Amino acid sequence: MSANTVKSSVDARRTGPVPGAPLLEVDDLYVEFRTRDGVARVLNGVSYKVEAGETLAVLGESGSGKSVTAQTVMGILDMPPGFITGGEVRFHGENLLKASQRRRREVRGSGIAMIFQDALSALNPVFTVGFQIEEQLRVRRGMSRRDARKRAIELLDLVKIPNPKGRVRQYPHEFSGGMRQRAMIAMSLALDPEMLIADEPTTALDVTVQAQIMDLLKEIQVERNMGLILITHDLGVVAEVADRIAVMYAGRIVEQSDARSLYRKPGHPYTLALLDSLPRLDLKGTELNTIKGLPPSLLNIPSGCPFHPRCPRVQEICKTEVPAQHRPLPGRLSACHFAEEMIAGD
Amino acid sequence: MTDPSTAATGAAVTTTAAEHVTAAEHVETKGSNKPRSLASDAWYDLRRRPLFVISAALILLVVLMALVPTLFTSADPNYGDLNRSRQGPSADAWFGYDNQGYDIFSRTIYGARASIVVGVSATVLTILIGATLGLLAGFYGGWIDGLMSRIADVFFGLPFVLGAIVILSSFRSQGESSATEIMVLVVLSISLLSWPVCMRIMRSAAITAKQQDYVKAARALGASSSRIILRHMLPNAIAPVLVYATIALGAFIGAEATLSFLGLGLRAPVVSWGVMIADSRDVIRVAPHSLLFPAAFLTATVLAFVMLGDAVREALDPKMR
Amino acid sequence: MTDNILEVDGLVKHFPVRVGVLFKRTVGHVRAVDGVSFDLRRGETLGVVGESGCGKSTLAQVLMRLEPPTGGTIRFEGEDITKIQGGALRRLRRDIQIVLQDPYTSLNPRMTVGDIVGEPFEIHPEVAPKGSRAKKVRDLLDVVGLNPEHINRYPHQFSGGQRQRIGIARALALRPKVIVCDEPVSALDVSIQAQVMNLLGDLQTEFGLSYLFIAHDLSVVRHLSDRVAVMYLGKIVEIGTEKEIYEHPTHPYTQALLSAVPVPDPELRGQRQIIRLEGDVPSPVDPPSGCRFRTRCWKAQDICASEEPVLTTRVAAHPSACHFAEEKSVVP
Repeated sequence: MSANTVKSSVDARRTGPVPGAPLLEVDDLYVEFRTRDGVARVLNGVSYKVEAGETLAVLGESGSGKSVTAQTVMGILDMPPGFITGGEVRFHGENLLKASQRRRREVRGSGIAMIFQDALSALNPVFTVGFQIEEQLRVRRGMSRRDARKRAIELLDLVKIPNPKGRVRQYPHEFSGGMRQRAMIAMSLALDPEMLIADEPTTALDVTVQAQIMDLLKEIQVERNMGLILITHDLGVVAEVADRIAVMYAGRIVEQSDARSLYRKPGHPYTLALLDSLPRLDLKGTELNTIKGLPPSLLNIPSGCPFHPRCPRVQEICKTEVPAQHRPLPGRLSACHFAEEMIAGD
Repeated sequence: MTDPSTAATGAAVTTTAAEHVTAAEHVETKGSNKPRSLASDAWYDLRRRPLFVISAALILLVVLMALVPTLFTSADPNYGDLNRSRQGPSADAWFGYDNQGYDIFSRTIYGARASIVVGVSATVLTILIGATLGLLAGFYGGWIDGLMSRIADVFFGLPFVLGAIVILSSFRSQGESSATEIMVLVVLSISLLSWPVCMRIMRSAAITAKQQDYVKAARALGASSSRIILRHMLPNAIAPVLVYATIALGAFIGAEATLSFLGLGLRAPVVSWGVMIADSRDVIRVAPHSLLFPAAFLTATVLAFVMLGDAVREALDPKMR
Repeated sequence: MTDNILEVDGLVKHFPVRVGVLFKRTVGHVRAVDGVSFDLRRGETLGVVGESGCGKSTLAQVLMRLEPPTGGTIRFEGEDITKIQGGALRRLRRDIQIVLQDPYTSLNPRMTVGDIVGEPFEIHPEVAPKGSRAKKVRDLLDVVGLNPEHINRYPHQFSGGQRQRIGIARALALRPKVIVCDEPVSALDVSIQAQVMNLLGDLQTEFGLSYLFIAHDLSVVRHLSDRVAVMYLGKIVEIGTEKEIYEHPTHPYTQALLSAVPVPDPELRGQRQIIRLEGDVPSPVDPPSGCRFRTRCWKAQDICASEEPVLTTRVAAHPSACHFAEEKSVVP
């Protein structure tokens, strides 16, 4: 045991954390899926950064690559069909993609934890909720059965599950949808992660319960100064909790900005179109603005800007030249040739 | 009661799972105009599997042997010459001669017919009974399902060999029965003892299909029960049964051999692999080749069907794609 | 009477809860829909909102006569359709159709689009002679914005939004007067959702349809509906015009529901008042006595446990089922 600790700490010094580095950095990540029909380029140079205590919302529709990015970060991407063809994922400056399986397991759970949309299938139905939390503590932290149980009850209490002493002995199916999501959050917190990835955590929940869960996530994040990546397609949820937003389209981040500026003045036509196509609770319109056409096939991404076939402001240059990620304003990133005009004009 | 939350979960899960598949769809939408059904998709997939190609080639060979044995041999399977009894393989007779001096190669080729006929008829009958009852039980549910399932349980509980012995020995007419009569009896007893498996497979597939929204939509359109069963449930529930059928076909050929070996199934002058194995029983030590060749063909054929079943299952299972 | 195309009165649907393997015993009832009354007017859209388990999907099933009602009456154009069977029920199918939620399971994967959209004509051959069906199917695909050339394709060759259009084309085939939309856009991406909602709106104008629009997304419901009914645990707690419900809600549940919807505007963060409800929806097997919302309501008094509030006009111009109904605007 002690020899191992020494060895891993030596390893850590060589390849491991770099002081002062950001908590999590995804750098120019490329992932493809090799399918029968060809190579689907799922991620095409995705970069983002999350600091401790910050909430980054990754916004996108299905197929945009928002979940694949998270799975790559966690090291739970199905390979094959997935292949990481380029880029780095740095946690405290350490490239996880180059790290040993052992090191990756170490980081998973205690460094970065993840919660999923479907809590019912993410929890094992044949074990009690308590057992599933305790198992991690016993295996990873070497806790005794009794200590682990005590900690599990504390965790359930932390996520505001009423009567945690009784609940700890129950099975996932005895929990309601909201309670299950809370239990999963408790489980993800068991090893005190510095970073939490929440993949559509409230999509399956009702609005009133959704509000409770988002409150809880926010509260825990602030309390523990955790980094939070919120993956969602819900522009409403994003507006309520995100510090920064990364909008993904066809495996690329097309825009990255702080939340307020993005909603006030989108720097990419896709973001603008998304906002416009949203039915509003506070307004009754007659016709919604829609984005014409369909998201592109990842097997056959359009030339130039991938959004150009659907873009209302398309120009010749968009069809031939891939727009570079640039900063139309300090603190804002956009991959549109006309980002400056979009932010300044109209 | 469909809970919107669970429904939404289901949908969302499908969406994430389909996320990358959607990509494939669009390419098709843009590219070729050729419609591709699930069956043709499966076929496309199958052709690329070595397992399928090998097993299909083997089966084709056996079927060809059954249909036109003269393609493979000119020797008469029923001409016995005691002078050459138990002679080993040679250039004249590749597989040698058996105890009665019959040409084993020729008999092995001709034996395929009886085995295939019994296997195919037993499979068809089993599927007909099992699939029909399973479909009805799955569609109607309630007491009909309960009754059918219990009956199936009773048949399922009978040990196969024991059951077949009882049926064959009690229904066999006194004295000499014709080859066809015995074949029919063998087929009937195999099917009678095997349909419950097929029924269970069909029943669960039918129940799954029945709960799908497209069945709800069809009912909302006013579709009759028969339309829902034949048009919507059957095509969507048949895949696992087809997989079972290919595997069962192999098993039934083996079952025919078992029954023949026990003296309950086919017997001379009919030639079948089971009959040949039975005949070699007493001379295994002196003439092992008389057992080896029919047994090898039998095993290879059974294996080929099982492999085919596996390949078909993988091709039809959308999750494997 | 004259302009009501659908009249629902005291509709009840209970599902027995059975235990046992061979001999089933009924131990209770899921009171999925428990006395629901409303009218659907000709040409209007009535939105039905509520959380999971409130009975809105069951309501759709019962209205479609896919499940037999336990009690109450449904009238279509004045005629009682609660118990009709056989030919009469089949004829009713031509007038009331449904669009289902999940575009992935609502289309038979083994049928081509042409067969799916053409199936209504096969079931009701009197609607269209055989020769004209192929053309009708093509026209329908065109109407819902699909390429009529794709008639021979299979559902898996289409995206979610396109599949939902196929489902809409199938529902439209018999030229129904009423379409029940059961969460038709909740499985779709935002940009696709807008396309389908616009399509539903256009079709309503073009064919003079009446929609019963069931959804859990309050923004979607507001966008499409003329009137809105809010359901909680098998009952309608408040019903009124879109403006009345969204701008002048009087039932505490409606207010909580509306306030919980995240608004896509970061400027409003922390500025709007959000009513946080405690706990979860109680089980419909054993709903609370009196007012069903009282276990989560901040206004609950003794009377709420003993006396069930009826859905009637109280403080505002529209009916609300709360003893302490009071107008409160929660939408920014």
